[in-house]
Amino acid sequence: MNRTATSSQQSGSLHRFANPARFLRLAQAVFPWSAGAMALCIAAGLYLGLFVAPPDYQQGESVRIMYVHVPAAWMALFVYANMALASASLLIWRHPLAGLIAKASAPVGTAFTFLALFTGSLWGKPMWGTWWVWDARLTSVLILFFIYLGHMALINAFENPERGQKAAAVLTLVGVVNLPIIKFSVDWWNTLHQPASVTRIGTPAIHSSMLWPLLLMALGFTFYYVTVLILRLRAEMLASRLRAMNRLAAEEG
Amino acid sequence: MTRKRRRLYIVALGMLSLAVAAALVLTAFEDNLVFFYSPTDLKEKELPEGRLVRIGGLVEEESIQRGADNRVSFVVTDLSNSVPVTYQGILPDLFREGQGVVAQGSLGPDGVFVAREVLARHDENYMPPEVAEALRKSGEWRPAEESAAQ
Repeated sequence: MNRTATSSQQSGSLHRFANPARFLRLAQAVFPWSAGAMALCIAAGLYLGLFVAPPDYQQGESVRIMYVHVPAAWMALFVYANMALASASLLIWRHPLAGLIAKASAPVGTAFTFLALFTGSLWGKPMWGTWWVWDARLTSVLILFFIYLGHMALINAFENPERGQKAAAVLTLVGVVNLPIIKFSVDWWNTLHQPASVTRIGTPAIHSSMLWPLLLMALGFTFYYVTVLILRLRAEMLASRLRAMNRLAAEEG
Repeated sequence: MTRKRRRLYIVALGMLSLAVAAALVLTAFEDNLVFFYSPTDLKEKELPEGRLVRIGGLVEEESIQRGADNRVSFVVTDLSNSVPVTYQGILPDLFREGQGVVAQGSLGPDGVFVAREVLARHDENYMPPEVAEALRKSGEWRPAEESAAQ
């Protein structure tokens, strides 16, 4: 802890927020806003999605699964992209916060990936006629889920937490190949999964009465990520400070 | 060259070679990555009889014939080629004329595809029933979907 604190004071602007005390102050200020925005967006999104939005002309009421499934799948990719950026800045610039950000993000990403797989399965049975198929989209998301699990296992497998963070960072960067595969799998190959509706070139293939609750839920999930990230980072920092104090006490005693 | 810059180059080079490797592998395995063949693929590939494959396409208009014991026969088309399919079993709710379907089975000697499993494929369009109705009235509707919405 001492070593990282002094090195962050010496270096340039990139390390401005690497100072744990300064970061904690900033996080403390952001926290109530992100928690409040999360509650508002998810409450409004769920209400609009489950009660106000119309049923689909083909899927009927089952379309409401989409309001959880699609934002969860987006977040699965977004959280991973974030972890990849953090891992790169850990490996290249030795940014002391980056390793903790990746570590704190992994369980959140895992949960979102699981939610996307689970709700997709629930939708698949009545619509497609099957819980699961091994098409390119479903399989690549399952691989993402396993990479997340591998990341959590690897980061805790080392006696020295910094070595664990570096090993997990390498794994994260290798797994980045999977992100474009997931995104474009429905365009590159024939899949059972339908192609993108919202990010389609031209007009979105989804009616605005269904698009609004979807976007609100996505925003709510993003604020959820920010909120949980702050909580987990705070806990990680306290834990590492405790470790340093224990080490110091052991050396003196 | 500073150490930071060297690490940056190493990471960038590593990512680049990974991307190239992934692209090569995915192109090489393209045939195994597609979930289904279209009727045109099926014709071009001339697969051996009895091999288990999936075909996908739209159910041709007015091609569904239902028999006893949940037997059903229909034609799967990609609008340039088509394959007759027979199936015995329960069809998914979305199965309609004009709907996208994926059927797993094998091609018989008579050119009829015997399906063991039929899945419905949903497209990327989401809209309320009234909008679908209005679109159909104004004629802004792909003919392939016409009967699917009924």
